[in-house]
Amino acid sequence: MASGPTKEMLAELASRPGRDTIVSTFIKAVFIGLSLLFLAALLFAPLVTVFVTALEKGYEMYFESFRDSDTIAAIRLTLITAAIVVPVNTVFGIAAAWAIGKFEFRGKSMLITLIDLPIAVSPVISGLIYVLLFGAQGWFGIWLQEHDISIIYALPGIVLATMFVTFPYVARELIPLMQQLGNDEEEAAITMGAGGLMTFFHVTLPKIRWGLVYGVILCNARAMGEFGAVSVVSGHIRGMTTTMPLHVEILYNEYNFVGAFAVASLLTLLAVVTLIVKTLVEWRTGYTRTK
Amino acid sequence: MAYAIPEGQVNVRHFLKLRSASIALAALIALSGCGSADDSSGITLLNVSYDPTRELYREVNAEFAKQWQQESGQRLTIKQSHGGSGSQARAVIDGLQADVVTLALAYDIDSIQRKGKRLGANWQTRFPSDSSPYSSTIVFLVRSGNPKGIRDWEDLVKPGIEVITPNPKTSGGARWNYLAAWGSQLHRDLQGDWSKLENPADPQVQAAQAAAEKFVQTIYRNAPVLDSGARASTNTFVQRSIGDVLLTWENEALLATQALGPGRVDIIVPSTSILAQTPVAVVDTVVDRRGTRQVAEAYLRYLYSPVGQEIAAKHHFRPSDQKSLEEHRDEFVELSLFTIDQAFGGWDRAHEAHFADGAIFDRITSVKDAQ
Repeated sequence: MASGPTKEMLAELASRPGRDTIVSTFIKAVFIGLSLLFLAALLFAPLVTVFVTALEKGYEMYFESFRDSDTIAAIRLTLITAAIVVPVNTVFGIAAAWAIGKFEFRGKSMLITLIDLPIAVSPVISGLIYVLLFGAQGWFGIWLQEHDISIIYALPGIVLATMFVTFPYVARELIPLMQQLGNDEEEAAITMGAGGLMTFFHVTLPKIRWGLVYGVILCNARAMGEFGAVSVVSGHIRGMTTTMPLHVEILYNEYNFVGAFAVASLLTLLAVVTLIVKTLVEWRTGYTRTK
Repeated sequence: MAYAIPEGQVNVRHFLKLRSASIALAALIALSGCGSADDSSGITLLNVSYDPTRELYREVNAEFAKQWQQESGQRLTIKQSHGGSGSQARAVIDGLQADVVTLALAYDIDSIQRKGKRLGANWQTRFPSDSSPYSSTIVFLVRSGNPKGIRDWEDLVKPGIEVITPNPKTSGGARWNYLAAWGSQLHRDLQGDWSKLENPADPQVQAAQAAAEKFVQTIYRNAPVLDSGARASTNTFVQRSIGDVLLTWENEALLATQALGPGRVDIIVPSTSILAQTPVAVVDTVVDRRGTRQVAEAYLRYLYSPVGQEIAAKHHFRPSDQKSLEEHRDEFVELSLFTIDQAFGGWDRAHEAHFADGAIFDRITSVKDAQ
């Protein structure tokens, strides 16, 4: 079950002589200082601002913000979207990683490239493709209207756009892992008479579970936080098609700073929880990202 | 040989986790489903509007829903969508199911009519005052005490004055700003005689148009930033303290002075400006499909009622009804207003000449880049 370098190996590497003579202590200090300065300016300061502004007028006003029906609707929509998108993308991610990691077929490298596409494409474009496909002027627009089906400016469009933006996350975590782990154990299981499903649940899944958890966390964080793509297909109907990030913008533009930052603080908490779980996962397994 | 089931215990644990995860998921979906059934009874309308009308329609919607329930017994929910006027029109063209649109300029509703075929070409004659229940105009916002002494349009091109205005390519309000500035110069040079524009070959008209172009070009040359929308420009001017004067909607200026507290900015009303009509329309294809025509029309008519006009005035929009307007004269300063038809021959011609790709706005701003 050994995967990647062990802690002992890393410690041995770090203690090899010559390390500190290559990089002088002064330069080391400068680099550490620079990194901390960057983190302070780009991460900690805005993080503090979010909570300070949210709590500017006291806890009561802060919690009052969450009683607004449009805010509740935005939170609900975000949860529904994530509840649909994350499981679907998890299944897709496992399937894609399984196909790529376990089999050889034509166009495999093409498939890997395609999976990375949403990360390379601007989210606005990701949203616009669905407008071009399902919009009233789009390819399927007339058919959809005749059958009274709304996709964009409704939940299906928001789910589709979010799904498109977030589908690489699980797959990208699993592909290198599955490739690295190889087929030996699965082949052994099948040789011993295990069926496909049994092999998957008893052999493969336990091997990849932490990578999977990691991918699911990232996918979920991105799904809840996506702004650009959702903004294009949302229609911005208050209380109906605004997700939490969009609702933050609306409140901010209405000079409702406490409300805007209260919702923003929820999204920030999500990010903090994501980071904590991610650290736990890494600590638990010594699982290191190999890119 | 121990490979077949390598870690039995882990698997059991894993399945337990998987099960609890699916229970959590099911609970989440159930929870999310709980509240979403509350719109199933009664009727809903969707009003797709532009940016500065949020506060106005929140109040109008509540009042009208109350009245509609008394009259018809139906429970009515009116949903709002706000954004830049142009992008909202685009969304309706792409299928956003708006029962009514209430946008910043007639050109955007014309686009819905032309590109989306969603309403009749005669939409602007269906309600009084060119289907504009309220209007606004373009005024100046300056720093408290007016340190640069800005009184009228001519002061905007004095050396060292920085003007804040959004980008007319993306913002409806910015187009009104641009046209107000241009028209103010025509108004001065033609002594307010708009009929002279009927003869574009007249040397006096040509000179006036050339002077107006130079004037507008100078304004944009002295603009440090071009934001994408009116509200963003207000934030640039007030929160970030950039620029000496902000060109903006009268309602936006009044709201900013109120929302941001006194003593930070002053409103300057120029001697002349444009009558910025902000029209409303029922989207025929949507109301006929959803069967909401009756309530949608009643909703827009309500905007013309004394209560509707009073709410518009309260949110700093000029009521179209003269009597309501007179009652609020202390807020809505009297000034000489010209229309887009008088000064530019309507939105189509204004768009063609000024804002289309390669038209005057592109030309005068690209000269800026070349320098």
